[in-house]
Amino acid sequence: MIKLIGILVVAVGFALRFNTLLVVMAAGIITGMVAGMSFNEIMELFGKYFVENRYVTLTVLLIVPVVGLLERHGLRERAEALISKAKAATAGRVLLIYTAIRQISIAFGVNIGGHPQMVRPLVAPMAEAAARQQFKRAVLPAAASSGELPDKLAEEVRANAAAAENVGNFFGEDTVFAVGAVLLIQGVLKGQGQDVGLWALSLWGIPTALAAFCVMVWRTQRLDRRIREQAHLAKTEEPQ
Amino acid sequence: MKLISLDVFYVVAGLFLLLVAARIALDAQHPKRWGSAVFWGLLAIVFFAGKQLPALVAGYMVLAMVVLAATKQVAGVPGAGGAAGDRAKSAERLRNWLFAPALLIPAMAVVGTLLLSRVHWGDWWLMDSANVTVSAVCLGALVAAAVGLKITRAAPVTAVNEGSRLLQAIGWALILPQMLAALGAIFSKAGVGPVIAELAAHALPTQIPFVAVAAYCLGMAIFTMCMGNAFAAFPVITLGIGLPFVVQLHHGNPAIMAAIGMLSGYCGTLMTPMAANFNIVPAMLLDLKDKNAVVKAQVPIGLTLLAANILIMYLCVYRF
Repeated sequence: MIKLIGILVVAVGFALRFNTLLVVMAAGIITGMVAGMSFNEIMELFGKYFVENRYVTLTVLLIVPVVGLLERHGLRERAEALISKAKAATAGRVLLIYTAIRQISIAFGVNIGGHPQMVRPLVAPMAEAAARQQFKRAVLPAAASSGELPDKLAEEVRANAAAAENVGNFFGEDTVFAVGAVLLIQGVLKGQGQDVGLWALSLWGIPTALAAFCVMVWRTQRLDRRIREQAHLAKTEEPQ
Repeated sequence: MKLISLDVFYVVAGLFLLLVAARIALDAQHPKRWGSAVFWGLLAIVFFAGKQLPALVAGYMVLAMVVLAATKQVAGVPGAGGAAGDRAKSAERLRNWLFAPALLIPAMAVVGTLLLSRVHWGDWWLMDSANVTVSAVCLGALVAAAVGLKITRAAPVTAVNEGSRLLQAIGWALILPQMLAALGAIFSKAGVGPVIAELAAHALPTQIPFVAVAAYCLGMAIFTMCMGNAFAAFPVITLGIGLPFVVQLHHGNPAIMAAIGMLSGYCGTLMTPMAANFNIVPAMLLDLKDKNAVVKAQVPIGLTLLAANILIMYLCVYRF
């Protein structure tokens, strides 16, 4: 039981909003000490795994220069200009299409997405531009308001763009062409004398993949409804 | 032999971090000049030296970075890149060419996984087959940077400056995924997982088939939320709850159990700040004021899909 103290440290630390890095390090140190490791042994473990997991950070590091460069030269502005020509585009539809592309491509073993390379420069600005348009169109004819998308709503659209990436990424992976996760599953089960085929594992990922897409249909429709509601509110609030 | 291994990209990333640190150190206007410069400089050394660095030294460097972050010595310069008018003018001039470098990155991912990973001359492989996705994206990023500089006719220093601005906007959260991976490893070394599996197995009436399924799926989700990683949770919870109860006691189908069990873990990933690379770093990348905004947007999705997983597993695992 005492070994669970690290999880408690994390929960309390997050709840009290201490610096997350500090909370994580403290949880590691306390858990290690409880398990009988010395401070230097714990530092060694942190060093070893921090170095081994550099690849998680690597793509972000290499992508930010090009994304920053393109943004400085108007990538977001151009994405907005492009989306404003598509009259049927809504924030929800942009995100739903992205989820579908992501699920299908990763099912075939190709990882085309990612937060730094797709969501920040392309998907989020397009969804936000579509939302801005939806909002403006709903507000402008009636009110003298600028039709500017409220910041809070813009942030909600961007948070949902990140969610569309994650859902598309997680719930496509285990279908058609088995990669990473499926191989891990097979390995673990084999160690216990259970032989399961790759195809069986892939096949049984499909129902959840479909369910995930349906959930995204619901969430993206809700997002579009939220934008309409907020626009309606803005319209009625304006005195003129 | 691999011609393009991750080590090449680690050196490039280290070089970029070093430039970021040096430019901060030379910037007298920077609000947290020395703290930030040391933070990014230490990270640069970790990327450069990597496995040559003794683990203990790397550990103490990580500790120093954590202390700098916790004492608020790491900060960025606020503000967008360039004036809005300049960006609009440039967007008007370059039009859809601007998308070319951005689309090159996913295009390289496709080419890399499908083609380049198979190119070899005898024992000389073009790419490291163990890390094809990461290598392909990295290669794509470098090609995109070159094409981007050509199209915009900007000096390379602009790319470094703009990259530095974005990096500092992410700030110390950038190293959170690496820290959490280390914490996960310490948790499993200390034997945290089996304790949780045992607790769940003893506390619940797993002789009821539905309870066994629900306990396994919930166990996967909750333990993933604690560890931030479904891959770490899978062996522990599958050996602790899944195999003994769903498969051995109630004769469920192991393939169905395992496939849907892993996906239940992913539901947990959606709902935890511990999965920092999926949930926290993106919040910083997207300029969200609330760094838990992505988790909050995903909680309804995670809960619904978890319920769906329990239902699908219960309906199928004892039947096929």
